[in-house]
Amino acid sequence: MSFEPRIVGFLCNWCSYTGADLAGTSRIHYPANIHIIRVMCSARIDPTFVLWALAEGADGVLVCGCHPGDCHYTDGNYKTMRRFPLLKRLLHAYGVEDERVRLEWVSASEGQRFADVVTDMTERIRPLGPCRIRPGLQADMAER
Amino acid sequence: MSEKKKLQIALYWGAACGGCDVAVLDTDAFILDVAALADIRLWPIAVDGKYADVEALADGELDAAFFNGAVRNSENEHIARLLRQKSKVLVAFGSCAHLGGIPGLANFVTRDDIFRTAYLDNPSIEPGNRTVPVPSTPVNGHVLEIPKFYQRVYALDAVVPVDYYLPGCPPAPNQVKAAILAIATGNLPPRGSVVGASDRAVCEDCKREKSEKKISRFYRPWEIIQDPTKCLLEQGIVCLGPATRSGCGVRCPDTGQGCRGCYGPLPGVVDQGAKVVSSLASVIDSRDPEEIERILDAIPDFTAIAYRFGLPASLLQRRIRA
Repeated sequence: MSFEPRIVGFLCNWCSYTGADLAGTSRIHYPANIHIIRVMCSARIDPTFVLWALAEGADGVLVCGCHPGDCHYTDGNYKTMRRFPLLKRLLHAYGVEDERVRLEWVSASEGQRFADVVTDMTERIRPLGPCRIRPGLQADMAER
Repeated sequence: MSEKKKLQIALYWGAACGGCDVAVLDTDAFILDVAALADIRLWPIAVDGKYADVEALADGELDAAFFNGAVRNSENEHIARLLRQKSKVLVAFGSCAHLGGIPGLANFVTRDDIFRTAYLDNPSIEPGNRTVPVPSTPVNGHVLEIPKFYQRVYALDAVVPVDYYLPGCPPAPNQVKAAILAIATGNLPPRGSVVGASDRAVCEDCKREKSEKKISRFYRPWEIIQDPTKCLLEQGIVCLGPATRSGCGVRCPDTGQGCRGCYGPLPGVVDQGAKVVSSLASVIDSRDPEEIERILDAIPDFTAIAYRFGLPASLLQRRIRA
């Protein structure tokens, strides 16, 4: 059986989740690989959530928020914009491929864009295969 | 009434620098009280007890064992298991035993990388010299063995159950003293507790003035004339105070150095590095992705700052190996 990546998507309530909803009500097809968690704001996504998803076996993590300037809470997405590059530096040090964790701005009217992002991300992760963090930590137990 | 029996204790260093042992001695004259209060059955740096002496003890014969250092090799693990078996109370002493500590940063590289750097590719090694350690060497009909070097570093509680954690690199002398006295008097908190530390962030105990944090660049401490009354983060100096448990006495920020994070994450926090990401990124005053990258580039070796003391106990624990 071919590998199907499991992607966790954290979507802000006001723009991106509504955008994903629009993709659904507009009957736009996109891969079923994404498992969506709705949060009130992209700034609610503690970097811990991303690491935790990977540690628990996710093959990719997608974070979506309102476009800069459009945040329902004025500047929540700017905080996400600042955290993400630092989080990416950590992930790089851990050896997590760049394609596996992604930040995208998706507005409530961008159903097609949401579908395109999920499709593109799934296609990029599939050739990488499963994320090796979880099996690696299990193998450590056997070392000793 | 029979004469009160002296406390039986052991101290051991795993993968450590020796600073934790010095922290015990930093209790000054109190160390003489310890000697009066307790028989020290093992303390490789200071007394003459041997592993065989500990192996000969009955299970649970020790009242307390203080284990500093991480678990890096099979010898560390052997002594961790031995002390767990022989001691009623096992204390993870200092950052390395608590979270993996600075030796834990080795989890960002592989065992082969370390071997190559230490024995083969180092500029200080004579060209062509290939003297390398091997697991066992026959000498005069005997076989000498060295401990197995593990693929990665572990915190103590990844190997054996730990009763108490005494954080710090090293733990503050007053906290060491308090912990030893607590064990001597039997006045102990619930097992699994972090002792000798508070449940607040370092910032809450830091006396510097704090207001809204908005910075346009990060500075190394020597690149800027500091305002000694103002929050270091607000001056652009990397400080891990918001993401670190207090109890140290705010020793670093008080002397103009940013908190390095050695007391580990706050209660309930699973990954200190992730919290460092949040707290450092949030102070940046920019809405331009390129400018944000430029500002962040001024932080040297960010991953080592974020996980300086806790990589083996973090969520992902180590770099993925091929």
